[in-house]
Amino acid sequence: MIGYARWKIVLVAIVLFVGIILALPNLFGEENALQLARDRAAVLDGDRIAVLQLLKDKGVTPSGAFLDQGRLTLRFSSKQDQLKARDVISDARHADFTIALSQASKVPEWMRNLGLGPVKLGLDLRGGVYLVYQVDIQGAVKQLLDHDEQDFRASLRNARVTYQDVQVDYPLNRVRVLFRDADAFAKGKAAIAADNRNMTLTDTTIEGAPALDFVLTPQQIRERQTYAVQQNIIILRNRLNSPELAVSEPQVAQEGVDRIAIQLPGLQNSAEVKKILGKTATLEFRMVDESNNPLEAAATGRVPLGSKLYYTRTKQPVLLKREVVVTGDQLTDASFQPNTQEGAAVSVGLDSRGAAKMLKNTQENLGHLMAVVFIDRSREKNAQGVDVDRTTEEVINQATIRGVFSNNFQITGVNPIEGRELALLLRAGGLAAPLTPVEERAIGPSLGQDNIDKGVNAMVFGMLAAFVFMAIYYKVFGLIADFTLAANVVCLTALLSMVGAALTLPGIAAVVLTVGMAVDANILIYERIREELRNGVSPRAAISAGFDRAFSAIADSNVTAFIAGVVLWSFGSGAIRGFAVVLVLGIATSMFTALMGTRALVQIIYGGRRKLERLSI
Amino acid sequence: MNTRKVWYGLSAALIIGSFALVAVRHLNLGVDFTGGVVVETNFSQPPNIESLREALAKAGVPGAQVQAFGSSRDILVRLPPDPNARGEQIGAHILEIFSKIDNGVKLQRTEVVGPQVGQELFEKGAWALVATLVLILIYVLFRFTPKLALGAIFAVLHDPICVVGFFALTQMTFDLTAISAILAVIGYSLNDTVIVFDRIRERARTARRSGIAQVIDESINQTLSRTLMTKLVTLLVVVALLIFGGETLHGFSAALVIGIIAGTYSSIYISSALALDLGLRTDDLLERKATKPEEVDGLP
Repeated sequence: MIGYARWKIVLVAIVLFVGIILALPNLFGEENALQLARDRAAVLDGDRIAVLQLLKDKGVTPSGAFLDQGRLTLRFSSKQDQLKARDVISDARHADFTIALSQASKVPEWMRNLGLGPVKLGLDLRGGVYLVYQVDIQGAVKQLLDHDEQDFRASLRNARVTYQDVQVDYPLNRVRVLFRDADAFAKGKAAIAADNRNMTLTDTTIEGAPALDFVLTPQQIRERQTYAVQQNIIILRNRLNSPELAVSEPQVAQEGVDRIAIQLPGLQNSAEVKKILGKTATLEFRMVDESNNPLEAAATGRVPLGSKLYYTRTKQPVLLKREVVVTGDQLTDASFQPNTQEGAAVSVGLDSRGAAKMLKNTQENLGHLMAVVFIDRSREKNAQGVDVDRTTEEVINQATIRGVFSNNFQITGVNPIEGRELALLLRAGGLAAPLTPVEERAIGPSLGQDNIDKGVNAMVFGMLAAFVFMAIYYKVFGLIADFTLAANVVCLTALLSMVGAALTLPGIAAVVLTVGMAVDANILIYERIREELRNGVSPRAAISAGFDRAFSAIADSNVTAFIAGVVLWSFGSGAIRGFAVVLVLGIATSMFTALMGTRALVQIIYGGRRKLERLSI
Repeated sequence: MNTRKVWYGLSAALIIGSFALVAVRHLNLGVDFTGGVVVETNFSQPPNIESLREALAKAGVPGAQVQAFGSSRDILVRLPPDPNARGEQIGAHILEIFSKIDNGVKLQRTEVVGPQVGQELFEKGAWALVATLVLILIYVLFRFTPKLALGAIFAVLHDPICVVGFFALTQMTFDLTAISAILAVIGYSLNDTVIVFDRIRERARTARRSGIAQVIDESINQTLSRTLMTKLVTLLVVVALLIFGGETLHGFSAALVIGIIAGTYSSIYISSALALDLGLRTDDLLERKATKPEEVDGLP
């Protein structure tokens, strides 16, 4: 044959070798496993040793244990061991770890250390829940306006300026302060400007009286919206990583402008998770208005100036001062204490600003009552199917301030179930904007396994059919094609394992389809060789001509499929994207194996012969 | 090329038929596009579907479509988008109703898609189709002459239309996977056309004497065995997908089978014939050759 450079054969061999190594981890299968995570901290090697020792003492031996991305994974050869180990760890180290049941690959240690791992499976293959939330970015802007309104009122109150009203106009993104006269206007403007330095305030006149306008610029609105989505992503992540939920490998990502997609592999009951994710519960600390009678206020409906009427759990009216001592977003930490002397409690930590305020407040109000208000904003659909925000505000606890405290204290009076949830929500932070679920796909683990089996079956039978057909029709060259097709699947698996793209059921379909398309290149070359042979060209020249002339057709035909794949990738999500990724990667690997791999094999088989009279094609 | 009028007629009939089917029977759009709820359950014994329907109606789940999905033990319940239902517990709710009929019933899959999301997915799908066609047209224009490119695009349009017609005819669920199958069909069907064109271009250079119609005929015949072989092998694997891939991939594989058959037909009978009728001449294919020497002259 007119020489085929040796280095190309070597290159093919190297690529194939690397491909086999990279694809190897997929052969090991999976085992039941436990995933241990710490709340907002990584699990360390010391923990691994401690946990292994603990399990050894109790007579449960994991078949493998490794740390990955701050989580400890323990593998067990049986379901019983897995569950027993979970009980052992949760009894002994309950406070330390979140324990989630999951599956882990049986890849040996040394391979894992080299960074080799199996192809990730998509949710449709391993089971799990996929959720998409819509972030109410309009709501986020409203919240900002409400916040400004509160700030303006506070500034005016602190400066003792009389004003008529502070109005918010949501459609115009405007907050307007109405004054009675020019004197109050001047003072009020100075007070607001002093507290909000970077705000642009405009003077105006409404019905002869002076007024002050603050309008959000389009850029401020955009910033607020981006912030709302980003902040919500962080908060959802925090919530999903908290020990109370125990989900393994949650993924949270932005989708489009105002959506957040969440993947929860292996999760089976999504009800509790969804309940937690959409919640906006928070706390407020306020002093109790002890100089007025709450019963009277509730009966007459006249609430004294500077106070606000609340109710307790038991529907008892309580009057609380309007000023908030500390709000939920000043909390830095919260944990649930099931058994304190006064029943279940949530102990909380405050940031420096909150701590300073709390310190001052407790110093000034020793012996007075302070109340904790539980605020839960939930979004519901009313009878007309329109979203309405419902806010529940309840006083969960009133207690006399018995000592001075600042950044750390306990809240009692919570019930055990809610205390756990409250601690989680307080720690994770409040959502920056309300969330509405818009899409949910949940796939049970048995269906996932079923999908894998079906996909693998289809792949095996499809490939077998193609292999047999090629071998019969093209004989030795057919076998060469079969070999390169197999190499193609190996390379594709290797690429998928390497890039970490999740394999979905449509992805398996794409692998099958790729086999069909990869055959195309071989057929093009072989038909060309046959044609040249029929034209009386010598076998060697026919091989060369076949490869050379078929090249442009192969390249052209793959480019179009490649274009379709790329468009599909950019528009699709979830399972569809899985299809596109495999299609695009498959085109790349099939071009390589069909052109270079086939050529190299032909060279190895026929290249060494001095005389080449017949080709088995 | 002499029989092309017949094939035009057949294609026209297929396209008009497909449009008529979509207009009359409509597409059975999946929950991806309409929004709504799909709940897949697995029973321990084949249940009586009628009694499941009654149980659902009695429990106050209105408008539920109940059907077997794959096997007679797998039951699929589909609900229209309901503004009052939050969808959160709907799977558990339906499972509870069914468990009164069969204790061993299992929840396999729940999908809840908001109506707005459905609308967006549909629009995105449509845009993806348009974008693919435009990009491929640009590529073919760049690689071949405008007349061949137009022929290719018409032939390519023909295939997804047939697939959509097939979905309307069989009332198979048309969802996101169907769209991805159509995109794959577009990419794949063009493949054949491109290979025929490649040969036409090659032959036009070497066999300048013969007329273009003859060149086209010869090119098609020479690539015929390759086209049929490839399609056969691809069909083999796709049929394996259809048989073994399960219900989830059923629509997807069916779309591919139809698309591949339509694609083979259109690339053999339609694309080059259209190019010929658009006035393709041998000279069109030789432009590149004519310009080459000038480029060389410009070099030092």
